Amino acid sequence: MALAQKHRAEIHAILAKYPPEHKRSAVMALLYLAQREYGHLDRQAIAEVADLLELEPTEVGSLIGFYTLYHDRPGPSYRLQVCTDLPCALRGAEHFVQELRRSLGVAESELTTDGQFAIEEVKCLAACDRVPVFQLQEPGGIHYYENQTLETALAVVGELRGGAPRG
Amino acid sequence: MAEPIVLRHRALPELDRLEVYRKNGGYQAFEKAVRSQTPEAVIQLVKDSGLRGRGGAGFPTGVKWSFLTPGVFPRYVVANADESEPGTFKDREIMERNPFQFLEGVAICAYAAQANVAYVYCRGEFWDLTGELDRKIAELERAGLLGEHLFGTDYSLRIHTHLGAGAYICGEETALLESLEGKLGQPRLRPPFPAAEGLYGKPTVVNNVETLANLPPILERGADWYRSVGTKQSPGTKVFSLSGHVERPGNVELPLGTTFRELIFEHGGGIPGGKAIKAILPAGASAPILPAADDVLDSGMDYESLAALGSALGSASIIVLDETVNIAWAEAKITDFFEHESCGKCTPCREGTYWMKHILGRLMGGEARSEDIELLQSVGSGIRGKCLCALGDFAALAVTSGIERFGTDFEIHAVNGR
Repeated sequence: MALAQKHRAEIHAILAKYPPEHKRSAVMALLYLAQREYGHLDRQAIAEVADLLELEPTEVGSLIGFYTLYHDRPGPSYRLQVCTDLPCALRGAEHFVQELRRSLGVAESELTTDGQFAIEEVKCLAACDRVPVFQLQEPGGIHYYENQTLETALAVVGELRGGAPRG
Repeated sequence: MAEPIVLRHRALPELDRLEVYRKNGGYQAFEKAVRSQTPEAVIQLVKDSGLRGRGGAGFPTGVKWSFLTPGVFPRYVVANADESEPGTFKDREIMERNPFQFLEGVAICAYAAQANVAYVYCRGEFWDLTGELDRKIAELERAGLLGEHLFGTDYSLRIHTHLGAGAYICGEETALLESLEGKLGQPRLRPPFPAAEGLYGKPTVVNNVETLANLPPILERGADWYRSVGTKQSPGTKVFSLSGHVERPGNVELPLGTTFRELIFEHGGGIPGGKAIKAILPAGASAPILPAADDVLDSGMDYESLAALGSALGSASIIVLDETVNIAWAEAKITDFFEHESCGKCTPCREGTYWMKHILGRLMGGEARSEDIELLQSVGSGIRGKCLCALGDFAALAVTSGIERFGTDFEIHAVNGR
């Protein structure tokens, strides 16, 4: 029970939001906590969360495929999730994502050679007036980057790599 | 431009700081309600104001509250901050820039509903914003504006945020409640409606962020004042999210009933590059597409006028398409969206969106025949009216309205393919 020991106070604060007889409500927040701790949600992580909430592992596991921000397999450290939904596509987002992939030398559903980044296309992010926009999903959180250019996006990647921006 | 009611931060700098918000009258409405008004009186005032739900359905807010089953407690209030409709980005601005007006609205709603706990269900992508709301809520507790025995009365209220994890369907209120209960976010069969059996089976009010942000000014200034803005049947202002082919995309708060022409050409600066406007999606992906003819451009943007045009106002996310856009392409993008976001519970929606996506893919790939356009309409009619929630209807209407109103844009691809 690594989570229960390591994050006792945080788990307590999450459970305190909901009536004790409905602690199942805490499952989404606990899955985020487990994903932050382990990077992705494997069987062991699911079992730990299920245990904390007195649920069956299948009741927890089924959520992971349903919600797009949970990942059940090891993946990149950083997912640059570019919105290419209709309002963004009308303002050049599809071209932006192609250019970004070309500059980083990755195809769709590939990781960068260092295994650290994936460039994914996602649905509307509620930022249709600040296109191109991507969200950066890392195990510890999700952050918005708006009004992007190829240069600013590559600078973000460069900074995350801890080196000088490419290009 | 009319005085902002919801986007007041545009006129008042630093309104996201509690002391600035309070200096501008903040929390007086909530305090007055708790100290001196009955919950019934607050509900009546909101009914009288004519405020209608800003999340899309446009249902009268006070009427929704009055459906709470009498005598059953605890009750809950849930703010729907799952803003995910393509083209909609208003709730985000409200929560980021005018968060205390929104949170005061949640508190007023909770008092009217006699709820002691309220949840703010934020889409998972609003991770940083939700963290900021948590800090604002803690600040309100320290200031004695949330917590036990508020203003020396017996009334207590706690507000908690709850983060979703990427599912458009959770904006549908019963799917949201399922998700909040820790289950798959899939819509419930109604009735019972949430006002009777909502969160944990208890009477629950679910309201959109913008709806709630309207409450403090309504309580402060009264129903007659609110009705002096907008139209008779659609009172007040609306935050229009303007996107697509316009010079200045962004949120614009205007009285309901303002024309498309004023929004797009005056506030939005018109179409870039001197191009002509071709079509308007008035409610993001979720309402039939409109040809941008003069009668549409000169129509007021309110619930009744949009219905009369054969579309809907929805959450008022106005996506503008210029003359270069092929409508079949636009509807294929929209269909991709709905196919991805269909929760899978109802067969007509799950299978229908899948088939529409594949037929449209064939069409855009130049491999379709003209019979495929009829097939699309047939699949669409196989979805409509046959699902638990409106997602299936929206998906079907996007395609069928596109074919009905812009048929040649579809035929051109079929002809090329055969």
